[in-house]
Amino acid sequence: MTTSEQKQKKTGSFSIFIEEIRKNSLTVTILAIVSGLLVGGLIAAVTSENVYAAFGESFLAGIGAIFTVFWNTYKALFTGSVGVPADIIAAISSGSWDAINRSLAPFFESLVQATPYIFAGLAVALGFRVGLFNIGAEGQIFVGALATVWVATSLKGWPALVHVPLALLAGAAAGGFWGMIPGWLKAKTGAHEVINTIMMNYIAFRLSEYLLNGVLGDPNKATPISAPIEKSAWLPRLFPDPNRFHWGFFVALLMAFLVYWLLFKTTWGYELRTVGHNPNAARYAGMSITRSIVITMVLSGALAGLAGANEVLGVNHNLGVAFSSGYGFDSIALALLGNSHPLGVVLAALLFGFLRNGAIQMQLTAGIPIDIISVLQALILAFIAAPAIIRTIYRLKEPKPELETPAVETKKGK
Amino acid sequence: MEPVLELRGITKRFPGVLANDQISIDLKKGEIHALLGENGAGKTTLMNILYGLYKPDEGEIFVKGKKLEVSSPRDAIHAGVGMVHQHFMLVPVFTVTENVMLGDEYLLPGGLLDRKKAANRILEISQQYNLAVEPGSYIKDLPVGIQQRVEIIKLLFRHADILILDEPTAVLTPQEVNELFSIMKKLVEQGKSIIFITHKLREVMEFADRITVIRGGKVVGTTLPKETNQKQLASMMVGRQIELNIKKEAAVTGDPVLQVNDLKVLNTSHQVAVDNVSFEVRAGEVLGIAGVQGNGQTELVRCLTGLTRPVAGKITLLGKNVTHANAKTVKEIGTAHIPEDRQKDGLVLPYSIEDNLILNTWYEAPYARRNILQRKVILDYANKLVKRFDIRAPNALTATSHLSGGNQQKVIVAREFSRPIKFLVASQPTRGLDVGSIEYIHQRIIEKRDQGCAVLLVSTELDEVMQLSDRIAVMYRGQILAVVDARKTTREEIGLLMAGVKQAAV
Repeated sequence: MTTSEQKQKKTGSFSIFIEEIRKNSLTVTILAIVSGLLVGGLIAAVTSENVYAAFGESFLAGIGAIFTVFWNTYKALFTGSVGVPADIIAAISSGSWDAINRSLAPFFESLVQATPYIFAGLAVALGFRVGLFNIGAEGQIFVGALATVWVATSLKGWPALVHVPLALLAGAAAGGFWGMIPGWLKAKTGAHEVINTIMMNYIAFRLSEYLLNGVLGDPNKATPISAPIEKSAWLPRLFPDPNRFHWGFFVALLMAFLVYWLLFKTTWGYELRTVGHNPNAARYAGMSITRSIVITMVLSGALAGLAGANEVLGVNHNLGVAFSSGYGFDSIALALLGNSHPLGVVLAALLFGFLRNGAIQMQLTAGIPIDIISVLQALILAFIAAPAIIRTIYRLKEPKPELETPAVETKKGK
Repeated sequence: MEPVLELRGITKRFPGVLANDQISIDLKKGEIHALLGENGAGKTTLMNILYGLYKPDEGEIFVKGKKLEVSSPRDAIHAGVGMVHQHFMLVPVFTVTENVMLGDEYLLPGGLLDRKKAANRILEISQQYNLAVEPGSYIKDLPVGIQQRVEIIKLLFRHADILILDEPTAVLTPQEVNELFSIMKKLVEQGKSIIFITHKLREVMEFADRITVIRGGKVVGTTLPKETNQKQLASMMVGRQIELNIKKEAAVTGDPVLQVNDLKVLNTSHQVAVDNVSFEVRAGEVLGIAGVQGNGQTELVRCLTGLTRPVAGKITLLGKNVTHANAKTVKEIGTAHIPEDRQKDGLVLPYSIEDNLILNTWYEAPYARRNILQRKVILDYANKLVKRFDIRAPNALTATSHLSGGNQQKVIVAREFSRPIKFLVASQPTRGLDVGSIEYIHQRIIEKRDQGCAVLLVSTELDEVMQLSDRIAVMYRGQILAVVDARKTTREEIGLLMAGVKQAAV
């Protein structure tokens, strides 16, 4: 019993943080995003040489330049992530499928970018709901991708209808296993999952380097990269090139629905959420905390593993050492932004997907460094995590303080 | 005579709540003025305003005829107003002297603490007011009653002559309560004035010079102890007629439901908390466990309800050996448990009333079928219980965090009493509740007893144990010193046992 009590003490501060953020209203979330975009634009302006040059000429010109940078940045972000509206209209009126496909490709590419975020975001959000901090999504993504690439390259001549699900399952299983280890350690010994998932990340990174330089590596290549996967294992694309939109997006949506269903409709979800909100009450109700922890970490790891599988089967069709650009870490931010709710996670993942995809265009046409997007994401998250700032700026009312006399009672009394 | 302290028309609003509504009270020199009211009546808000923690929306405060502007406790202390909080503000690993001078240090040249001078001052104060303390002892080694004295000395050290005591008797044994009141008498004899916040009627009647009753943020009336009685005060507090003494018939006891033999339980720091305890509870009786907080009651209850395992001994429940059973098994055999800390153990605060009502049965039909929660069934059930147990909330979907303490406790009682139970463990079932809710919960417990349920009542409120129990066991340092018949015993006898004094002739 003492280990579980210690466990609780340690997670205390984290859980309080999550509970606090969960109180944020939708208004705060939206305002945080808007504020993030505004401040991000300002930073883009401040780092632009044109602006300084314009200020050298005159103050007005400087202000004008700031607005120009602002406009150009977000215009490029929009056209890069959604498409050029004029082109889309022209393509639709021309009636050419090819033209329509090309003009809408940026939009679909954003969805492609959002897909791994949905999987990984769900993984972290599920952990949050049960009071667990799975910082190991990145490592679970790698392990999932390794297992997937192994199934996708070594099985030959299988029908796609079997090969694709099998490869996805392999990714989920490996990610789940990777999540289970810190989960089990926490349940049995009280070892904190934050530390252990981070450590598991390092093991996963080195393991993938080792395997890609060895048994899983392509012998014909000098770089540590796997052989291309079998065509039968590809997550099918829905449109011709250059549109990379594939079925993985729908698998991700299905997972979001399943997580929602599990958490809010089933007795297991009730148990998991109870453990997350109040482990003492869960113990009082006769629930097994240790079992909930292990199950959650397995499911969380499996979802992260699917993110890796999705990238291998849907986008890259092989596996290199640097294939994940920090999806696992971004997803922590994303789960917070989405209030740890599956629907919120999907919306937040879409936002991140569009930002990422638009950033490339932003760099090309507006000359804004791609790193601004990371700054932007960080700003949004900072505003989410510190709702007091948002409330002060926009003069929102504080949520009702918990008084000794709740409003409900007084109203009845009068 | 001019009052030393006067509050005029104090109004404080919180969003959606009028916490204090035009409250005016005064305090005369050398007076003990009791502020009586239920939890949530606005007593604490009022005192926090006086102490500079809140700013009033309207109203003025006068100290010795001068208008007082307080914006922090420091200002209040400066004006001679000091407060002893319900939860002490002491550093356990510091000595009495260090605690007393914390924030108001005597310094030697070079910035070192002048402990000697401070200790002398403390001894002076303690002699003047009969507040015996040892300046050099560490707070963590002192009993609660002495810690409270240190809090009072802290105020006197800062020359406070208006003392506010917030629920000072909540943590004390009956003997310590008597000592506190003799100290209070001594203080007012020497010209200090005291505001004494409480919800205990008996204390007010015995020790206050004047009584002001507050309800719903308003002053209901001010009266003198000789002009009123407990029943009238209770009615003033609650706003309706209150039955103070619960009516109960003599117990009709049946077979033993719970048998505990030589039970030994460790606490979280692996020290023996329950030491060779044996007792039994029969169907249809209430066994009360009296004792000062921290004498093993918590560990005993946790062990009986399957939340911890004993290191030795045997527990038999309805003929089954449940010594090493888990909470789920114990619950399924027919145990209901009202936990001592309702917010920590008994409720999931962010959950709705509805979700809290299925906390013990979430996996059972009809609330779940094939592992799918049956939302409609649960909601119907919750609506029924909200009505039957008079839970005051807009509807069953209200989060329990928005409910008052009394209504939170009613949610737990509703959940536990709506199952077929044979054994009820009620641990501090009315702690921090208002008179109305206490009356209600006491009636429900007696009702369960009369239906043949075995009840184990653990409470540090002696009045509660005396009123409800058929037999009373007194726990002291992990042991049960004696089990007495509730009809034959006296408060004094139980009080002495609670302090560890075992009389030869019992």
